[in-house]
Amino acid sequence: MMTLRQKLGVATPYVILTISVVPIFVGYLWLVINSFAVRTEGLLPVGGLTLENWRFLVEAPFGRGYPSIWRVTFNTFLIATFMTVLVVFVSSLAGYALSRLKFSGRKSFLSLTLILHAFPSVTLLIGIFFVLRALGLYNNLFGVGLVMIGFELPFGIWLMKGFFDNVSWDMERAALIDGASRLRVWWEIILPTIKPGIAALAIFAFISGWNAWLIPRTFTIGAGQQATLSVYLQNFQGDTVMVQWGAVTAVGLFQLIPVALFFIFTQDLLLTIYSGGAKGGT
Amino acid sequence: MRVELVNLTKHWGNVVGADRISLEIGDGEFVAFLGPSGCGKTTTLLMVAGIYKPTAGTIHFDDQVVNLLPPKERNIGMVFQSYALYPHMTVYQNISYPLKLQKRPKAEMRERAQKVADMMGIGNLMDRKPANLSGGQQQRVALGRSLIKEPQLLLFDEPLSNLDARLRLSMRGEIKRLQMDLGITSIYVTHDQVEAMTMADRIAVMKDGHLQAYAKPHEIYDHPRTRFVAGFVGNPPMNFFEVEVIRENGDYHARAEGIDLVVPKERGEKVVEKGKIIMGIRPEDVSIAGGGIQGDVFTVEPLGRDDLVEAHIGDFAFRALADPALGTRMGERASLNFDTENVQFFDPETERSLLWN
Repeated sequence: MMTLRQKLGVATPYVILTISVVPIFVGYLWLVINSFAVRTEGLLPVGGLTLENWRFLVEAPFGRGYPSIWRVTFNTFLIATFMTVLVVFVSSLAGYALSRLKFSGRKSFLSLTLILHAFPSVTLLIGIFFVLRALGLYNNLFGVGLVMIGFELPFGIWLMKGFFDNVSWDMERAALIDGASRLRVWWEIILPTIKPGIAALAIFAFISGWNAWLIPRTFTIGAGQQATLSVYLQNFQGDTVMVQWGAVTAVGLFQLIPVALFFIFTQDLLLTIYSGGAKGGT
Repeated sequence: MRVELVNLTKHWGNVVGADRISLEIGDGEFVAFLGPSGCGKTTTLLMVAGIYKPTAGTIHFDDQVVNLLPPKERNIGMVFQSYALYPHMTVYQNISYPLKLQKRPKAEMRERAQKVADMMGIGNLMDRKPANLSGGQQQRVALGRSLIKEPQLLLFDEPLSNLDARLRLSMRGEIKRLQMDLGITSIYVTHDQVEAMTMADRIAVMKDGHLQAYAKPHEIYDHPRTRFVAGFVGNPPMNFFEVEVIRENGDYHARAEGIDLVVPKERGEKVVEKGKIIMGIRPEDVSIAGGGIQGDVFTVEPLGRDDLVEAHIGDFAFRALADPALGTRMGERASLNFDTENVQFFDPETERSLLWN
């Protein structure tokens, strides 16, 4: 039997955590309620529940010439996937080289990636605009994708280099002696060993791509065919017309669901990188 | 296959890993590279493996210079201290990996892998992953993997260091037996002089990147060429102290403060009248018995078969192996007897042996 003091001791962390979480939870709760209500006052729906806000699922809200939600979702998915694949691929190649190979400029390159990661991307927007326009990639999903990959790479490279550093040199040497080429060692021996790391990077990159707003907004025009979900969402908000908060929350919720599901299914994998990752051998 | 190293050197900037290592290894010979951490033994081994590129010097496999040959073309097998197994592959996949890289047919891979695994005593573990194996079993998988392509050279990098003492003892014998049966030329890197002494046909003793001695175990033990070799090989280590050897009445005496020992003629005559020199005598040649030099017992460590006694005579400390039945105790006075038949002498500056060189 615990004394009152002990019970308080055990309960206190829970109380503190609950209090911290409640505002966030309430925020999400409002999001869900509002998307199904005509209007809300505080958390209470007023004027009845409705599915009107969800009409964008079937009807393009901005009229013809503007894309439907499905086209936009497809765009977002395309960008996120494109980004994930390329970031993971380039980062694992670069991370391996930085971790294992000796070449002049290696140290400077490492410092460079760190600086770039800390660099505020906003300041480069105008410069990037000129580059994209010169390449003919302005208002083009491919161009947007390239820019986002560029900004995500420093983080990706650092992350992958860290994972490669943790792989024992002996395992690579054994593979080289067994008869594998360097590239084969990378692909067949090392990459499988850092699967949790790759998964982690893929998740970060995907979520980052899915939620991206600034880059797609800046380098595409309006809610055109090149829009992503975040840009599309922004078009529901304007200074000239009364904002339909119901629709805003509905689209927001719509954008949230896939990522939430994705995260639920992959979070086990994410947790393994913090508990040590690769086993055996070393 | 014969292996020859000629002036093999490795530098990283100012750091010298190995300096002009020259030695030859006969076909089927088992050679140990022995030395403390940082002596260059692993560096040399990795150059022979092709992982490190030599800064200078040459490596010969039979008559071919292999400096620039990549590891996969050297037909070698290597066992690492950490076993270096592939954690995401099963035992079967680990062992057969070299064959897979050679693109051998599946049936052949299966057959050869099973044969090697049976030879290693792990034939029933083929489907397990390394994480589900004990240290000894992982070691055997690593051995199997190194043997499966029937290499002409086997390299070992302190393979037994991660095993417990009991296992180390049995694996030592097994590896030696295996090497003798298969007749593959082998290089075994270790810092454990017991492993080197018991397993090797010849031992290369290294320190600070230099080769100090290269000879058969008995030769290394009885006729050490440098003070370092004398002190490194043999457990408990040799006693060293400064003496002067003079001739008196037809006998050769080694003299120091409080010590006067008669040394054999063949050894004494080489070092007489050379001023202050270093004398070395092994603990097994120092005993506690009547009629010797009186000293104070400083510590007594019971080893079961002997008592390892540290005794002080004046400023000198000596380790002796005493009969446990004597019941020597700390703080007592004891009489130390020195059997000088195998005594060693070294130059105090160059630390080289004055008896054999």
